[in-house]
Order: sequence, then structure tokens, then C-alpha cells
Amino acid sequence: LNIPSRWPVVLFLAWVCFLFFAGIGLFMSGFLLTRIELASSSSCSDPLVPPPWERQSLPPGSCWAPQRFSKAVLVIIDALHFEFARFDPAKTSPLPYENKLGVLHQLATAQPRHARLYRFRADPPTATMQRIKGLTTGSLPTFIDVGSNFASYAIQEDNLLAQLVQNGRRVVFMGDDTWEGLFPKKFFRSYFFPSFNVKDLHTVDDGILQHLYPTVDSGEWDVLIAHFLGVDHCGHKHGPDHPEMAKKLTQMNEMLRSLVDHLGNDTLLLVAGDHGMTETGDHGGDSEKEVNAALFVYSRTPLFGSGPPEEPETIPQVNLVPTVALLLGVPIPYSNIGEVMADMFAGDGDTVSAALQQLSVYHINAKQVDRFLQSYSLVAQDLPAEQLQHLQELFSSAVEEHTQLLTQVQGTMVPPELEPRLGSLISRFQHYLREARAVCTQSWARFHPPRMVGGCILIASSCLLCYMASELAMSSQSFCHSCLLYPLFWGPVGAAVLWLVHVFTQEGLDLLLVSSWAAAVSQLGFFWHWWGQHFKRAPWLGLAFPMGILFFRCGAMFSDSFVVAEARVTPFLLASLVMLLVGKLHWDGRLTVPEGPKQQLLGFSSYRREIWYLLCLVAMLLVCVRLSSFFHQCREEIPQCRPSVFLSPLASLRNTRAKNLFYLLCVALLAGLVYAVQSWLRHYGNLNSSGPLVLFVRWGFPLVVLCIACYWAVASSADDSLGKLQELVQVAVVVFPRAVYGLASVGLLLLLCNPMTVFAKDTRESAGSIVTPYLGVPGSEVDFLHVIPQIYKRMQESQKSWLERGSCRATIAAYGLGSVYSAALVIALTLLGFLLMLLHSERLSFAFLLLFVEAFVLLHIHTCARAEGTRLAPCQPFSVPWYAVISWLLAASQFFYSTGHQPIFPAIHWNAAFVGFHLDHNTNLLPAVLVGANTFASHILFAVGCPLLLLWPFVCEMSNSQRKKLKKESREELQEVEEHMMEMRLRESPEEFSTALLRLGLKYLFVLGAQLLACVCAAMILRRHLMVWKVFAPKFLFESLGFVVSSICLLLGISLVMRVDCAVSSWFSQLQLR
Amino acid sequence: MREAEVRRLLGANLLRALAVILSALLPPFLLDGFSLLGTHLTWICVCSLCVATLNIVLHLVLKPNQSPKRRSFAHKISRFLKCCIYFFMSCILFHAIIVLYGAPLIELVTETFLFAVLLSTFTTLQCLCLLGPNIQAWIRVFSKNGAMSIWESSLQITSMCSILGAWFGAFPIPLDWDRPWQVWPISCSLGATFGYMAGLIIAPLWIHWNRKQLTYKSR
Repeated sequence: LNIPSRWPVVLFLAWVCFLFFAGIGLFMSGFLLTRIELASSSSCSDPLVPPPWERQSLPPGSCWAPQRFSKAVLVIIDALHFEFARFDPAKTSPLPYENKLGVLHQLATAQPRHARLYRFRADPPTATMQRIKGLTTGSLPTFIDVGSNFASYAIQEDNLLAQLVQNGRRVVFMGDDTWEGLFPKKFFRSYFFPSFNVKDLHTVDDGILQHLYPTVDSGEWDVLIAHFLGVDHCGHKHGPDHPEMAKKLTQMNEMLRSLVDHLGNDTLLLVAGDHGMTETGDHGGDSEKEVNAALFVYSRTPLFGSGPPEEPETIPQVNLVPTVALLLGVPIPYSNIGEVMADMFAGDGDTVSAALQQLSVYHINAKQVDRFLQSYSLVAQDLPAEQLQHLQELFSSAVEEHTQLLTQVQGTMVPPELEPRLGSLISRFQHYLREARAVCTQSWARFHPPRMVGGCILIASSCLLCYMASELAMSSQSFCHSCLLYPLFWGPVGAAVLWLVHVFTQEGLDLLLVSSWAAAVSQLGFFWHWWGQHFKRAPWLGLAFPMGILFFRCGAMFSDSFVVAEARVTPFLLASLVMLLVGKLHWDGRLTVPEGPKQQLLGFSSYRREIWYLLCLVAMLLVCVRLSSFFHQCREEIPQCRPSVFLSPLASLRNTRAKNLFYLLCVALLAGLVYAVQSWLRHYGNLNSSGPLVLFVRWGFPLVVLCIACYWAVASSADDSLGKLQELVQVAVVVFPRAVYGLASVGLLLLLCNPMTVFAKDTRESAGSIVTPYLGVPGSEVDFLHVIPQIYKRMQESQKSWLERGSCRATIAAYGLGSVYSAALVIALTLLGFLLMLLHSERLSFAFLLLFVEAFVLLHIHTCARAEGTRLAPCQPFSVPWYAVISWLLAASQFFYSTGHQPIFPAIHWNAAFVGFHLDHNTNLLPAVLVGANTFASHILFAVGCPLLLLWPFVCEMSNSQRKKLKKESREELQEVEEHMMEMRLRESPEEFSTALLRLGLKYLFVLGAQLLACVCAAMILRRHLMVWKVFAPKFLFESLGFVVSSICLLLGISLVMRVDCAVSSWFSQLQLR
Repeated sequence: MREAEVRRLLGANLLRALAVILSALLPPFLLDGFSLLGTHLTWICVCSLCVATLNIVLHLVLKPNQSPKRRSFAHKISRFLKCCIYFFMSCILFHAIIVLYGAPLIELVTETFLFAVLLSTFTTLQCLCLLGPNIQAWIRVFSKNGAMSIWESSLQITSMCSILGAWFGAFPIPLDWDRPWQVWPISCSLGATFGYMAGLIIAPLWIHWNRKQLTYKSR
């Protein structure tokens, strides 16, 4: 009894968390390919340019290479598959998508040196936004391009458009409005049309056609981009093999035919598809059909040196960027890794001059790629070092030979075998550029299915482990030996074995692989040792109903519509769960008075009195759930949605009266919260001691509220004309939040140092009647009426030896001992709540109030249902049923949405990073913590409060017994005292207490893990889905981050309870010493 | 005796199901521009009316729970009024619950209320017919061993199936299929109707299969 096994519990939970983290990490490394965006950009004066003798011949308006075209038209036909553009006259019965773009074929056959068709290989992910990025930056965009600014989609990297604008070209755009977000304020003139509605085939195309020819004829442009969406939308709606597709492609054909007639001699025409499509018309992944797009090049002046090859050449999509840049005479974007299309630089001259020209563009291109690789390897380590080394060697040798050759060419005499030497040098540059691109592709643009599957399996087996371990009937001692120590031992052993293998085989190895290997091995160890244990079967039927709700919740992750609508799905499921719970209790006859003979005669039953209490609670819960839906943020997928008015800060309110009213309401709400917490503590007698923590609750809480109120006042009036007070306001905006941070951390520290909120009164000194000690209670007489003294029977027993020595009868009255654990948690939750409210906009404190009320109601419903359930069939008091855990977690995700969040990046509240900090951060850590705390506020609160699910029924025991006492006065004293023990029951059996905490934690992790597993599986299975980068991948990211935050907070909450337990133990031992 | 009663129940239930089907099939011939999805509210009214009248008629004809005592006329009137009040209250209650489950609060009030009426017709009205305005009897029927006759078992099953159908009917609403039946409250009311009809079919079959286990307490 003296050495409760506290550490193994925390250790075991931490180990389970580690298993999950390893799974998440492994999956993420296979699924989310990341790349770092460089902020540098190319400019005309960069020292990459060719040697001076050639430079002098650069015509005006050219950078790096002589300009060949002064104008260009880029027509992007979304999802233009190569098969759509190919024309085969031999085909007698073409499919709806075949042989429709006849104009391309006519141009290519009639003018073989003017026009050419290419296979245009897109890089995955083949989503439009990523492709536009690729087509303009010449790089391989991944899902997360770690740039300087997450808040907008705007392209931060150097790109073709930025170069064009920088060099004074007028860029006109028409079509898909995705470009508006990507290139804000870059266009000379623009005509955007909504792209969101996939069902709408014509709005964008007709809009473009309306403006295209007038714009081309007006001549007020240098580069014109037209992005047609009809073909893509037609694919999504009908699939490629449909008559609508034939119509759409014919329309495109007509458009191109008349566009060619409008072009001048100095204009380059490019027709490109950004990606292909599958048989069902989808795209996003990396299958052959999706990446196989078409590119068509045409100019009125001869462009190519020779006729077209038999089979169209295949070129990667990124090659377009350097080619277009050099043809138009602007620098190649900094991060480009594409290779110039040399045959377009051949010109009209003889073979030698053509080769020299090609060589010079290759040289520029190679120098630019080398510069990019060098600066990239300085900031990121994801490109393997030995391959970079190899590339460097290739590059330097090619450049060396190039310089040699050039000096020879310059020295008037023509070197022997010039042509073959030029040819080999060109192919060496080509080889270098292709190798470089391959290295980048390997690390940026490919899923790793084995890693994804591995991560998925690891998460699934961790879930299974949680379930098994939580059902295991265990005595802690043997359990911690067999199921914890051995796996913990096996993990490092596995890692060591892997390391040995690594030493022998010299395979690549990273920390992530090692840790997931260790996790897998230790998990196997657990299952191996678990095999011998017996565990009792839970009744399947009882499990079916909460697990059914969980099943629906997880199933909803697999549909993009349900993920989009999750803000409405979780409240629905929560309400259903609670209603089902009440319905089931009723069905089992737990709520009705057992039928006496008299009632049986009449044939009816009547409800017990408590049922009204339960029904009121349920009604309150439903109302809370419904009200919380007024705080939702919107996603762009639901266009008719309007974001809640409560999300905007008070400062943005124009109406002064409304502003003041809301401000007063918010402050009143904070004060009310403090009052409620204080009176709850007072009710249970936890506000009587004179310890530092209680003093903090009494005086520190109002102070915190005062600081928050001042901050809100200052922040919401910051824009008003305060004149000379402006400086003062600037200071105040920083000082008040920092004061709150300081006060809250002081409070949390006090809580950790001395979490006891118990007031003990020894009756030995004043050996009077039992009434006298009450006079010593701090607080007024009115308070005293609320204070319920709890006489702790066990204490008397433990004092027995002492009592036997000392002859006088003595008791110790301890106030608040029965709720000492919950009190600590409630104080911690309140402090956290203040902090998180500070990080949100003022009016979201209503949502937080709802959160606290709903959590309180949920706890009471749980207690009530338990009490009714145990009335007929007593069950273990120490196990928390599944429905309670699931409803707790449903509430957590419900309030994720109700605090104004959505699992998409633009919905993150970035301004939380600047609460208390004035636009300057030295590190990235602090803003990340602030924004993370803001985003996962409800996860944090519910996870820390999770142990309350175990404690609350014990806390509420008293009020029930009191009621009983009122009814039946003549009850035995002994039983009375037993009823009053509350949370001290837990202390009485420390083994079971720690086991119960462990089980609760495992159940919580299981439910969290099941949701995570569903997200992970959805992201893996649906990685070819249209919405994967818009819906599933962000959802997966938020869910996994939420898991990490929740599990850490859960560990903290449980450790806090353990800390209180330690303090209670030492308090008792001190008493015994006295 | 038991077999005969089950057969009567089956007949009555089939009649009810037929009424629901006819309420969708007949009105196009009588009303201009009627369609199940297009003029959904009209259909809800028609369906509720049909089911309600049929229930009342069946109740009067079959008399599943004849009370031995003869009641006065005034008593019958007060009983009828009470029934009406109960029905209205149940509509309000259903409306409140539907709104709490996430239905729009201010917009589409008529739709929500008519859906509540439909649900009440499928559940409360049957209770009223069978058990009268006697809440305690209702409480008894909807618990584990509370049913005292096959009529009450059938009542249990059909009511639960209707509610369950309405619950499942909410599932397709968020999907982006753009179908006319995804509009509030069409999918839910259709779900409730299908649930009700399924319950009507299931109830006699279930009773027939479990006739050995079912032992009703005699009064």
C-alpha cells in the first residue's frame, strides 16, 4: 500500500504514445513529401551569363540569352490528355475524345518547322494548383512547400510570371481563378472565372472566349495566359468517354483555329495540358494516364531546325519554364530544375552555329540548376549528399570542357572535329540536367507505399494493443513486468539489431526508420507476452452501441463530403450517443421504479425521481451542442456558408454600442466562470486552507480576469483615435497578455509544487465538543453553511496507535479531502481555459463557456447513468465505460469546430502568434506553440480533463448519500461514513486506482487512435482522389497533430493526478508522525 | 388464437403499408403538378392524413384492447381531446429534438414541423390508438419486457424502425451528389417512411418467428 505503482502507468502510456508517434511519422514520411521554398530570385545581372564576347551581341530587352519572341500566348487546357491531342487519320471510328483537335495535326503536317506536338509528362501530385506551380516555377511542388507564409496560397518562390513582370512585360490572364490566389497583383489585366463548381462545364470557357480575341487584337500585352477548365470539368462530370467530351474538344479545336489566325509573326503559341485524366476522369495521383498530358508549340516563323520525329518526343513538364524564359529573353526562375528544349533554339543557321547556340543555352541552364542545388543543400538535408557530390563532379567537368572549347572557337581557327565535340558536350550537359532532375524527383515527387503501409499497420496494431491492454484484467505488478518491461527491453534490442545490419550492409538509415523499427519490435514483444495472459471478454452487445457510433465517426473520414461537413457530423453523433444511452437505460428498465405487485396490477410503471434530473441534463447537453454550432468557421467547399460573426475580433465592430455590449458580456462571462469555479471549490470544502494554491485561486483568478479584461479593452479599441495615448496602448497590448501568461504559469507551478487544497483541523488542541472546530473555519458564517465537513474514518484508524497511547479522544476534521484530485484538475483546467481564451478572439469566450458547461453536463450524465446502472447490477466502480470516453472525445472534436477552426490551412488563426508579442519573434518555436494551442484548444482541455471521467462519480457520491440521509434519518453511522469517503475510496486501493487510470488512458488513446487510423487509411486509399490535397491530406495533418497534442495533454493530466496522489500520501504520513 | 391474431396483425400492417404506397401513387391523378420530390410537403400532409385515418379506422374496427367497462360519451370526448393535445405536444417535442439535432432554427420551419408531424403520425399516433393518453403505459411498452400483446410488440418495432429510418435518412444530406432528394427534409422523411414500412413488415414476421419465446403477461 505504501508504494503505489505510479510510474509504470505513466511509462506505459508514454510507450503507447511513442508507438503511435512512430506510426504517424512513418506514414507521414511516405505520404507528405516536403520541400523547402527558397526566397532568392534570379535577376538580369546575375553572374551566370555567358562570356562577354557573346554578351555584347545580346539585343536590347534580353537577359541571359537573346530574345527570340517578343510575345507569347500560353493556352492551358486543363486535363488535356495526350490522347486528346493526337490525331490519327487512319482511325475509322474514333472514340468521343479521339481525333477532335484536328487543327494541331493540320498545322504540324503543313508546317513541320513551325509546329510540333509533344508528350508532356506532369509530375505527381497531378492536382491543378500544384501543376500551375510547377509550370511557372519549374520546380516540383509537393503538398507542403515550406515557405515563409502559410496563410495564403500565393507562390512565394521565384517564378516565370514574377520574372516577366520584373522585366517589364505585360501579362494578361483569363480563366481559372486559382491563379488569382497564386499570383496576386501580378497581372497587367485579368479576367477570372470561378473554378470551384466541377459540374459547370461552360462558365470559364465561355468567359475566356468572350475576351480572348479582342484582347489578342488590341495588342496591349506581351504574354497572354488562358486557362480553360471545360475539359477537366467534363472529365469529372461525365468521364472522357462521353459525347459531352467530344463537344468540348471540338469547341477547343475551333478556338485554337481562330486563335492561330489572330497571331502575329513575333508570337509564340503554346498549348499545354496541366495533367491527364484516368478512365473515370479523375486525377491527382501518379498513374500513367494522369501524368500523360500534351504540349503543342507553334510559331509563324520557322522554329525548329529539322522535321518532327516519328513518335512525338516525351518531355517533362518543368522543361517548359527555362525554354519559355530564354525564348522571351528573361532570366530562368531561381528554383527551376527543368532542362531547356534545345530544338527550339536551333535557329536558321548551319549546324555548327545551331549547336553553338544550343550549347550556350544549356550552359546557362546548367549553371542555374547548379546554383539552385547548392543553395538548396545549404538549407535542407533531404537531397542525399553523395548524389549531390556526383552531380557536382558532372557539372564541373562539363563546364571545364565547355570553357576549353570556347577558347578554341574564339581563337579564329576552327578546331578539328568541332561538330562531334559540340554534340558530346551538349549531351554531357543534358546528362547532368537529367540526373539533377531525377535526384530531385526521387525525394520530392514520389509516394513511398511501403512506408505508408508500414505506418498504417503500426497505428492499427497500436490501436489493437490499446484495446487489449485496456480489457486485460491485471494486477499491476505482474502486468508491468510482463507487458511493459519486456517490450521496453525488446525495442532497443530491435533497434540495435537494425543498426548492426546497417553496419554490415551500409544501407541508408534515418532516425525515423530506427524508431519505427524499435516500436514494431517492442509491440511484437508485448503481444508475445500478452498471449499468455487471460483476459475477460467484455459483453459484445454492451459494446456494440458506443462502438457503433465510433464506427460511423471513423467511416465518415472516408468521404470528402463528410469530412467537409464534419462540423455538423460530430454534434449529430454526440447527440445520438447520449440519446441512445438514455434510451438504453430506459429499455433495460433502469429508470423505472421496480414494479411492485400493486403497479403490476394496474399495468403501468412510473419513473424514478432521478430521471427528471437526467432528462434535464440531456436537454441541457443538446442545447449546448446546438448552440455551439453558431461559432463555426466556413470552408470554401460550401459556398453558401457564412462564417460566424463571433469569429471576428471586437476591434472590427463598427457599432460602438454593440461593441461595448459584447465586451461587457465577455467580461461578465469571465467573472462568472471564476465565480462558478470558486463556488464549486467552496462547496466541496477545497477553498478553506491557507496554502498558496488556495490563495491563488482566491486572489489570483480575479487578477487574471482583470488582466484579460484590460487586454481585451485595449485590443478592441486599438484602432480608435487615441492620439497621444497610442504609445501607451502599444505597451499595454503587450504587457497585459504577458501578465496573464506569467500569472497562469505561477498558478500551474503552485499546483505542481503543492496541489493539496485540504484544510485540516485538529481537535486535540481544543479538546471541546465537536462543534468548536468549525469556528476556526476561514470565511463567513454563510460560507460555513455551505461547507460540508468530511470526517475521514480511515484517518482515525491510522491514528489508532497514537490514540491508544494518548488517552484523550481526538479526531481530525479534513475539509475538501474527498475532492482533492478533482479540485486540482479543475484549477488546472480553469487556468488553461483562461490562457486559451486569451489566444482566441474575444467573443469566442462564449464558445469556451459552452465547452465548460457541456463538459460539466457530460460528466454529470455519466455519473447519473452510472449510478442508475449500478443500482440494479453493481459493476466495477473503477472502470470508465466506453460510451463516456467516446462522448468525451466527440465533444472534443465538436469544440474544435466550435472554437472557429477547420482542418484547412487558411482557417488557422495566425494572429494568435502575436498575442503578447509585438510582431517580432526570434524563434519559430514560440509562435508555433501559441498557434498550436489556439488551434487545438479543445483537444487540450478535454485531454487534460480526461481523468475527471474516473473521478467525478466519486465526487458526486456525497450529494446522493445526502439525499438519502434526508429521507431516512435512521441510518447506521458506519454506513454513513462509508458513503462520505468520495475520492478517498480511490486512495484506499492504490493498485486499483493506478490500474483504473491506466485503463482510462488506454481507452482514450484507443478512441483517438481509431479516428487517426481512419484518417490515415482514407489518405492512403484515396491518394488518387480529386480532393486528396484539398480535404484528406489537411484533415490527416490536423488529426495527427491533434493526436499528438491530445496524447501529451492526456499524459500531463494523468501525471497531475499522480502528483496529487503523492502529495496526499505525504500529507497522511505527516499526520501519522504527529 | 395466437396464429389468428398474428394474421390479423399482418393484415392490418399490410393495409398500413399500402396506405403509405398509395399516398405516393394516387395523388398525381387527382392533384395537378404533384410529385413526391417536387411537392414534398403536400405528400407529407397526404401521407400523414392517410396513415392517421387508416390507423384510427383500424383501431375502431379491430379493437385490439377492448376495455370491459362501458364509458360515458363525455368521457370519450375528453379522452379524444386529450389525445389531440398529446399528439400536438409530441409534434412540438419532435420539432424541438430535430432542431437540436442540427436542423435549421429559423429557416424552413414549415418543413421541419411537417416532418415532425410525419414522425408523430408514425409513432405517437399509434401509441394513442393502442394505449390511449396514458403516458405510464407508454413508458412500460418501450422497455425490455414491457409489451403485453402482439399489438404492443408491433408498436415497439414500428416506432423504433421509423425513428431509426429518420436517423439514417440524415446521412446523405452532406454528400455532394446534388440530388433533389438530398434537400432537407426529404431524405429524412423518406427514411422515416421506409423505416416505418420496414417495421410494419418486420413486426409480424418477428413475432411469428419468436412466438415460442414471447410470453405476454396476462392482465
